[in-house]
Amino acid sequence: MNIFHFILQNHEQVLELTLEHLWLVGVSTLLAVLIGIPLGIVSAHWPVWNKPVLGAANIIQTIPSLALFGFLLPVPWLGDRADRLAILALTLYALLPVIRNTYTGIRGVDPAVVEAGRGMGLTGSQLLLQVELPLSLSVILSGVRVAVVVSVGLATIAAAIGAGGLGEFIFRGLAMVNNQLILAGAIPAAILALSADFGLGWIERRLRPR
Amino acid sequence: MLGEHDLTNSTNRASNMEPPAADGAVIELRDVAYTLPNHQRLLSGLNLQVKRGETLVLLGRSGSGKTTTLKLINRLLIPSGGEVRVNGVCTSEVDVIQLRRSIGYVIQEVGLFPHFTVERNIGLVPRIDGWPTDRIHGRVEELLQMVGLESKLAPRYPHQLSGGQRQRVGVARALAADPALLLMDEPFGALDALTRDQLQREFLALQQRLNKTVVFVTHDLREALRLGSRIALMEAGRLITVLPPDDFLRSTDPLAAAYAQAFGEGSAPAANRGMS
Repeated sequence: MNIFHFILQNHEQVLELTLEHLWLVGVSTLLAVLIGIPLGIVSAHWPVWNKPVLGAANIIQTIPSLALFGFLLPVPWLGDRADRLAILALTLYALLPVIRNTYTGIRGVDPAVVEAGRGMGLTGSQLLLQVELPLSLSVILSGVRVAVVVSVGLATIAAAIGAGGLGEFIFRGLAMVNNQLILAGAIPAAILALSADFGLGWIERRLRPR
Repeated sequence: MLGEHDLTNSTNRASNMEPPAADGAVIELRDVAYTLPNHQRLLSGLNLQVKRGETLVLLGRSGSGKTTTLKLINRLLIPSGGEVRVNGVCTSEVDVIQLRRSIGYVIQEVGLFPHFTVERNIGLVPRIDGWPTDRIHGRVEELLQMVGLESKLAPRYPHQLSGGQRQRVGVARALAADPALLLMDEPFGALDALTRDQLQREFLALQQRLNKTVVFVTHDLREALRLGSRIALMEAGRLITVLPPDDFLRSTDPLAAAYAQAFGEGSAPAANRGMS
């Protein structure tokens, strides 16, 4: 029996785990965007915050994912449900690319454009919302894209703490020394990563300022 | 003592309620200094008055403090000493956003918003000031015509324009909310000689019509002589002298004389330059 037959035969379970996987990645990316973009803006506008914010995000990135899942396990409310824990861990990992690209994007806006805007009497928030963010949107989005692609891969490890997702197949396959099971998790995960990469890349190109 | 108090009080009241008399100074810099956070002095002891309707040119080489002076007027920079008064009121006492919206600002790099069309670029300040859409549209049409651009350029993006067109849009944008005051920082500096000549000519015609109070920064004496009602010569953060163009070339001030000499040599053809 080849791998495609296997996936077809178990399509319900594959679909269920894929949806779980998407849930983990989707929620964590959303949280990372909601937290990371403001942090990126703060560190771009107030240089004092630049080092601590990016430094913290960098340090989080160096913690091995399995260890991070383990560290978070005893935390009271979080440890109650594995998916909460997985979402938090994935959010933490997704922060760095989002913060860094927001920072880079805003710092990369032509200083003449910002100065003209300030000289014309735009307030700080008008400048941010009408000039800086629109002009750095494609750079920010490419950070989100990196975060999503990394999260899709990382989320497979979340199965190790029982958070579900396509990692279930992979860990089961590893335990049973069954390559087909491993591939049944790995192939859909790869497809997810590639399509997210392609889709977000397409949007990013459309948003790129001329 | 009492009399003095009354006097300052009444001048304050007058300046808050109405603009000063037509011949009064619209912009006044009193003993202004500007120092960078690293204690480097960019400007010191600067006293300057700009009269209503005149074009005051700040002339000097790069680093002389002309752009710094300009940015002190619309409070993009905050003076570290002295005070800057616009329409008789110290700029530290007014809402800086309102101050800037009442002053047109044009810079060499133009700084058009690349993601906005020409129309949106020009109409930005009116839009955030809450003008109705059709009034903005009418104003944009009027301004495009005023700066010599066809109205078919309105839906274009800045990258689709030539350098000269972009600078014209920059001027139109600065004029959008009809400010009485215009600050221009080497607006024609990056243009080729022919386009610059044309824009200078149009600037003069426009200025005759609109009668704005203009502070114009340049390092080019030819431009200063052509456009300025008065020329303020700056060097190393100090104001050297303020002279009308006619007197500038005859000035006995060594620095002004040096400029005049360089100007004379620059305009003579190479053959006349006594090459031995």
